[in-house]
Amino acid sequence: MSKTWVTPGGIHPPENKHQSLSKPIGKLPIPEKLVVPLSQHIGAPSIACVKVGDTVLKGQKIADSTGSVSVATHAPTSGTVTAIESRPVAHSSGMNASCIEITSDQQDQWISRQGIEDFEHTSSSVLLSIITEAGIAGMGGAGFPTAVKLNPGFQRPIDTLIINATECEPYITADDALIRERAAEVVEGIRILSHILGNPSDILIGIEDNKPEAIEALKPFIRDTGINLVSFPTKYPSGGEKQLIYILTGKELSNGAIPADIGMVCVNIGTTYAIKRAVVDAEPLISRVTTVTGEACGVNRNYDVLIGTSVDYLLEQNKFDHKACSRVIMGGPMMGFSLTSKDIPVVKTSNCILAPSFAEMPAEQPAQPCIRCGMCAEACPASLLPQQLFWYAQAEDHDRLQAHNLFDCIECGACSYVCPSNIPLVQYYRNSKGEIRQAQQEKIKAAQARERFEFHKQRIEQAEQEKEAKRAARREAAKQAKASTTSDSTADIVAAAQARMATKKNSPEQERAKLERAVTSAEMRVQKAQDKLDSAVASNETEEKINILSAALRGAQQKFDLAKTRLAEYSQPETTEQEPTAAKEVTPEELAKLERAVTSAEMRVQKAQDKLDSAVASNDTEERINILSAALRGAEQKFEMAKTRLAEHAN
Amino acid sequence: MLDLIIQQPILAALVALVGLSLVFGALLGFAAEKFKIEGDPVIDQIDELLPQTQCGQCGFPGCRPYAESIAGGDAINKCPPGGQTTINAIANLLDVPAPTLDEEHGEATDTKTVAYIREDECIGCTKCIQACPVDAILGAAKLMHTVIADECTGCDLCVEPCPVDCIDMLPVETDISRWRWPKPEIADELIATDRMNDPSGMQTKSATQNQEGAA
Repeated sequence: MSKTWVTPGGIHPPENKHQSLSKPIGKLPIPEKLVVPLSQHIGAPSIACVKVGDTVLKGQKIADSTGSVSVATHAPTSGTVTAIESRPVAHSSGMNASCIEITSDQQDQWISRQGIEDFEHTSSSVLLSIITEAGIAGMGGAGFPTAVKLNPGFQRPIDTLIINATECEPYITADDALIRERAAEVVEGIRILSHILGNPSDILIGIEDNKPEAIEALKPFIRDTGINLVSFPTKYPSGGEKQLIYILTGKELSNGAIPADIGMVCVNIGTTYAIKRAVVDAEPLISRVTTVTGEACGVNRNYDVLIGTSVDYLLEQNKFDHKACSRVIMGGPMMGFSLTSKDIPVVKTSNCILAPSFAEMPAEQPAQPCIRCGMCAEACPASLLPQQLFWYAQAEDHDRLQAHNLFDCIECGACSYVCPSNIPLVQYYRNSKGEIRQAQQEKIKAAQARERFEFHKQRIEQAEQEKEAKRAARREAAKQAKASTTSDSTADIVAAAQARMATKKNSPEQERAKLERAVTSAEMRVQKAQDKLDSAVASNETEEKINILSAALRGAQQKFDLAKTRLAEYSQPETTEQEPTAAKEVTPEELAKLERAVTSAEMRVQKAQDKLDSAVASNDTEERINILSAALRGAEQKFEMAKTRLAEHAN
Repeated sequence: MLDLIIQQPILAALVALVGLSLVFGALLGFAAEKFKIEGDPVIDQIDELLPQTQCGQCGFPGCRPYAESIAGGDAINKCPPGGQTTINAIANLLDVPAPTLDEEHGEATDTKTVAYIREDECIGCTKCIQACPVDAILGAAKLMHTVIADECTGCDLCVEPCPVDCIDMLPVETDISRWRWPKPEIADELIATDRMNDPSGMQTKSATQNQEGAA
């Protein structure tokens, strides 16, 4: 007998196991309807691959696994799919989840299948995919997909395989009965597991010493196989994964670690049986051994129950007394949960249906204040401080709860069991765990929202900046266009101006005025050129210079002539053009405008006259006087024109 | 050296102290430069505690501006989505007494909501898309819009701009994966046996017997 270690805490509740062990594992008639939930394991729910109305055979896959942490689901018997809908399922919340309802045809006809006898020459990956496809998830309680557990990766070599046959919770005898009757298959399952894990050096079966028959049943099959059967004193909760590992190996798992981190894999013995059936017999997980017990049941025994059988059906088959039953519990009295409805189906993790009488399990006593007796701390198998956790849970102090390792609590219920004040401690811990997990999820979501908001802001800013940049670019382009027109060669400017002139249609008056201005300025330029020539001649300049000047004078004279002819040309059609305008009705505003034009022209004439007079009086240069007199002439012309126009319009 | 110190104790002490102060001053100055923290770390800590709904109910355009304002001395009770929990957390961080929520900025609600667009009524105006602070609404002009429920913070900002009022704020439904254990009901201030009218506390057993008798 190998050495065992003793875990801290623990309790010794009445075992109540003998009731259900008096009879062998029974078989029930196939119920009329089976309701198979799509999520019977931890991880992503499987997805239905049949439709309502489909005919299915026993063992046919009805839902596929999704993702890596998921398993498939199979039809427990042959029949027709009659519904795929939300139904109440085995969950502490009493809520509904997707289920497939199969109406049995009572033929129980298997799908064709081919098992692997020689598993030792089959690769681990093939066996693992068979296990996933067979829908095998941990049958001890949590329902973790077994194939995931058996595939810890290269960086975590497994040297110890632990088979959990502890079954420490009162009333439950499913594993005990399974070992007693099917030890050979169980051991073969262990050998398959060992092969998958690369034959670990230690294979240990942990079993409590309250199952002597099971121990005796196993012994002949494990002889010379390298499998060690280790029995240890009965104590609740020895069957917790961490507790069992400590009892068998003396090793403790650090906070948040999984057994694979220290080279161990821990599998429930019911799961090993299911693995054997799946690999050797090609039989997916469609039934399990479930204990039906409690004083409210007339018959207490284990059954090979098809997954999806309703609890109601199970109880009815066992002379169930409604009135005597205080409540129906799925699982054991310590860790199980009360069912809100008896229509709930048995799933892969349902190891026990407990229907106790009122005397057996009285209604919960009201909780009284904590008296700090410390019994919970003594009972805690995880060496936590339950009463401290209780205070912090009441105060919702999440930081302190985590500092006191709330998440190491295995929710075994030992603290609640010993509490003299009947405080539902475990419920406080479960609630706090849920709230902490939710807070963490919300934090992650908040971080996501923050990121998205920052991105949103950045996007808006960027769009704004882009718009601004475009605007700036346009402004810059406009400026450059302006600059380029001024800096371009004169020819270009002239061409541009001419082009502008061509497009721009001036009014006849403006055109005429412009031509008149051109004539005046040309005349002035002639004057200037004449003056310069005269002064050059007078000051005895070189002949060359005089020639240049006379040429300039001639040019100016020519331009003057050109301007005059243009004006004359323009004046010709002007009369014809002006007729319609003259015929037009003249508004008083226009008349007033013309009058203003006449007055201002007169004033300009006056001014020009004054300037000329003062220039003459102050003996200004002849040049200047000439310019001024030309200006005077121009002003006079404009004055005359304005007057004629006014007269025309006035008529 | 020793003689000099003995002869001039005051001077020696002065020199030693000045020397030490120079060395430590240099050290501190170096540390201040080397380990300089950019920005105000308190803002990040406050921002971390705010719910990031970006709803603007506090009067700031988003959670971070409000965090900055709190760091600058603003009231910490302007965040209705965060509720009392957030107020308490910020009060704890800043070591100030926790006030109750300022109702002026809205009421705290326990139920989380997400926006839901009644898609057949949506006219595709994109107004809600522009209003959404976390880009959680998908759609294009003249095409139907829809909300990515997982990304929606329930800020309400899209409801108001909708010209056809086709956006509802629906409470997030608790399904089996979101469900968590409720808190145990706190017992009344009664001694259990008083209430049960049975000194032995074995009321349940007698009840069973009564039932059996009736049957």
